[in-house]
Amino acid sequence: MSTLRPLPRWADILLLPIINLALAFIVSGIVVFAIGQNPLAALEAIVGGAFGNGYNFGYTLYYSTNFIFTGLAVAVAAHAGLFNIGGNGQAYIAGLGVIVVALAMQALPWWLTFPVAILAGAAVGGFWGFVPGWLQAKRGSHVVITTIMFNFVAAAIMVYMVVNVLKPDGVLAPESAMIAPEGRMPKLGAFIPWFKNTDVNFTLLLALGCLVGVYVLVWHTRFGYAMRALGHNPTASTYAGSSNSRIIMIVMTLSGALAGMVAVNQVVGVQYRLVLDYVADAGFVGIAVALMGRNHPVGILFAALLFGALYQGGNELQYVIPGLSKEMVVVIQALVILFTGAMEGMFRPGLQRLFGLFARAPRPDAPAAVAGKES
Amino acid sequence: MTSATPSGASSAQRPSGAADTSDFAIELIKINKRFGPVHANRDIDLAIRRGSVHGIVGENGAGKSTLMSILYGFYTADSGEIRVNGTPHAITDSRHALALGIGMVHQHFMLVDNFSILENVILGAEDNALLGPSLERARKELVRLAKDYRLDVDPDAIIEDVSVGTQQRVEILKALYRGADVLILDEPTGVLTPSEADDLFRVLRELRDQGKTIILITHKLREIMAITDYVSVMRQGAIVETLKTTDTNPEQLAELMVGRRVLLRVEKGPAHPGEVLLSVENLVVKDDLGVTRVKDVSFTVRAGEIVGIAGVAGNGQSELLESVSGMRDQSAGTVRLKGTPLSLQGDDGAHRARQAGLAHVPEDRQRMGLVTAFEEWENSILGYQDDPAYGKGPLLDIEAARREARERIKKFDIRPANERLKTANFSGGNQQKIVLAREMERNPDVLIVGQPTRGVDIGAIEFIHNQIIKMRDAGKAILLVSVELDEIRSLADRILVMFDGQIVGEADPATATERDLGLMMAGIGNKAPQARVAAEGQGE
Repeated sequence: MSTLRPLPRWADILLLPIINLALAFIVSGIVVFAIGQNPLAALEAIVGGAFGNGYNFGYTLYYSTNFIFTGLAVAVAAHAGLFNIGGNGQAYIAGLGVIVVALAMQALPWWLTFPVAILAGAAVGGFWGFVPGWLQAKRGSHVVITTIMFNFVAAAIMVYMVVNVLKPDGVLAPESAMIAPEGRMPKLGAFIPWFKNTDVNFTLLLALGCLVGVYVLVWHTRFGYAMRALGHNPTASTYAGSSNSRIIMIVMTLSGALAGMVAVNQVVGVQYRLVLDYVADAGFVGIAVALMGRNHPVGILFAALLFGALYQGGNELQYVIPGLSKEMVVVIQALVILFTGAMEGMFRPGLQRLFGLFARAPRPDAPAAVAGKES
Repeated sequence: MTSATPSGASSAQRPSGAADTSDFAIELIKINKRFGPVHANRDIDLAIRRGSVHGIVGENGAGKSTLMSILYGFYTADSGEIRVNGTPHAITDSRHALALGIGMVHQHFMLVDNFSILENVILGAEDNALLGPSLERARKELVRLAKDYRLDVDPDAIIEDVSVGTQQRVEILKALYRGADVLILDEPTGVLTPSEADDLFRVLRELRDQGKTIILITHKLREIMAITDYVSVMRQGAIVETLKTTDTNPEQLAELMVGRRVLLRVEKGPAHPGEVLLSVENLVVKDDLGVTRVKDVSFTVRAGEIVGIAGVAGNGQSELLESVSGMRDQSAGTVRLKGTPLSLQGDDGAHRARQAGLAHVPEDRQRMGLVTAFEEWENSILGYQDDPAYGKGPLLDIEAARREARERIKKFDIRPANERLKTANFSGGNQQKIVLAREMERNPDVLIVGQPTRGVDIGAIEFIHNQIIKMRDAGKAILLVSVELDEIRSLADRILVMFDGQIVGEADPATATERDLGLMMAGIGNKAPQARVAAEGQGE
């Protein structure tokens, strides 16, 4: 039995992440200080590097695009009570579908290639999510185990496919042939000069569309209702007559398809070819993004922006302050993930106590949202 | 004031500052506790006589649990005084309460499932870095307690392997092992079968006779009458009356609890059974472990009648309900609705059952019937989310669903009347009303109801019973499963008794005695009970 009350909504979705983030920066600052650098200069370099000008901000948005997809992938599964940690593998293997379509259609204009590439990426990524979903629904193998294994399977398949199938003869680097310029997606800089020639491209709009789509799906459709019921209470879901196994398979397919959109961004939007390891662990960052964003599209948007900024700002940091190596940047990113993702609930009890004090002292008969209840 | 004689009716109310307070193990004086706007306990005066069983009754939310939490050191009172054996104490936490000899047996057991009974008993009371000596001492102590109070347990049994009744016994032993003289039991029989409850009462009497003091929190009047010496009634945070149990009766207590007259007996006219709406033929059902729990069961339910299935919990009733409602696959047999066989196999069987016109109020509303993390209106459409009433196509018309939820809140008097409130924040009775409203308002042909009033307070019980009768009188077929024999006897028009997965007998509620039914429930009755009924009709 506990006297702690739940936090007000704004504190839960705004104050708590800010406190966590501040703490992550403070600890990072101590680390930076310990190796003899100026923490404030480092912070300035990160913020400036992420938002300072159109060029920097463009790259921030490019990274954010990937994190929106992987964050949504984790969030959709989480609403159905599934923990998909296979976003990496799903995003990676989806590249196969995207490159096949892109190379086959490279003579056609990009706006014809784009939707087909999306479908191909969604199909292959979705398949990579469907199989663990099927295994859980029909065979009882837990998706946490199977999806993480599928990451390794995907990595091995991709190396084989790129090296033995997709690599053109006479090329030394392990990568596929380049897509012809007609089939490449234009960068946003081609329409908004402020972004210059940065990697942010049309896939960002797809990401924003996915945010809206997931919101509608989860909170405004019958299927979203059924999957949330399953996520909260599988027995009640059976009682309601939903086929839990069917929902699990559909949700895992959707989740994989969302992760697969990373491949569209990378292959058609940025690299114009299939390279190895292009996902760069965006799938795992997606877990932190979904956690920090409370599995809500709005939260995920901001969390993805934050992590995009950290990646871009971190990259800039090593050029601005040579004393801070690339590895140091990874340490700072890891600290942020640690505090905002893994330990996001650490301050909750303290904050609840603090709110409890304020709530009780001044106005004892203030209208409470919840009637007192005895258990 | 007759405080000198322990039999004085009003003597338990307050010692009125008499010098001879040592008669009382616990005295609570002017206890107040507020949670924000809720005045959970107001000016509570309560004296618990040593060596007595003192019952505290009240509806959910009346403040019983809060009061006991104050006594046990979970909460601190805003004002007031607690005296233990006549000496004032400020109880700061549960450790302090235990040191004063106050032990608590919680409604939800606090046991480590994969530890042995012995290990659970010493958990938190180990007096040595090495476990050996503690375990040895505890083993001796358990043998002594078992002898003194007839509280036998196998110290080496693993908790998850023993029955719920035994687990509760371990909770009692834990408190006694720590030296408790005053034992608080919070709704102890909620999880027990009738025979386990009887056993608990025997233990409690034994403890009382050896000088222990028992405080029993419950909302079951039957238990109050059966076991307590004194009873205090709480309503809206205050104690409205303290009585000697022999001087009162269930009707008076119910009236004190609710604040108005309550009909404990259900008033219903004669049934007018029509055509057979639900027929179950040779049903065989296995549980999750593959054990056959329903063995070749056949019965019918007609329009306009309530068929009650009585039985001790765990004799296949749950599996029967889950199977007929489509939640659990059947191994053999047919379920017909209006003569048409229902296809219930597969994990969306419940959906097809609903579409055919079969509604289901499940036994366990929190585990099955509700998603407690959902808002009220969301639960108001659970199972019917695909209905065209809530919008066209894949989109859900949230406004339509909320509008309907508001109407039902009004019709079923669900409180608080707020369809946006999280369902977990409704009391048990109101949660049950949410389920009932959802299942009844669809106007189904067949209604299956499991444990309709489990954990529901008296005022709501009356309402729920009346709603079920109303459905019957509207010509619906109702299948009722309950472990409360009283409920079956007062609601059902026909009683089937289930034992070991089979229907072992049928009885007419008008003539069958509790004893007959009890014998059948224990598997001793025969398949032609009418003869017994005739022979022992006057038995009770």
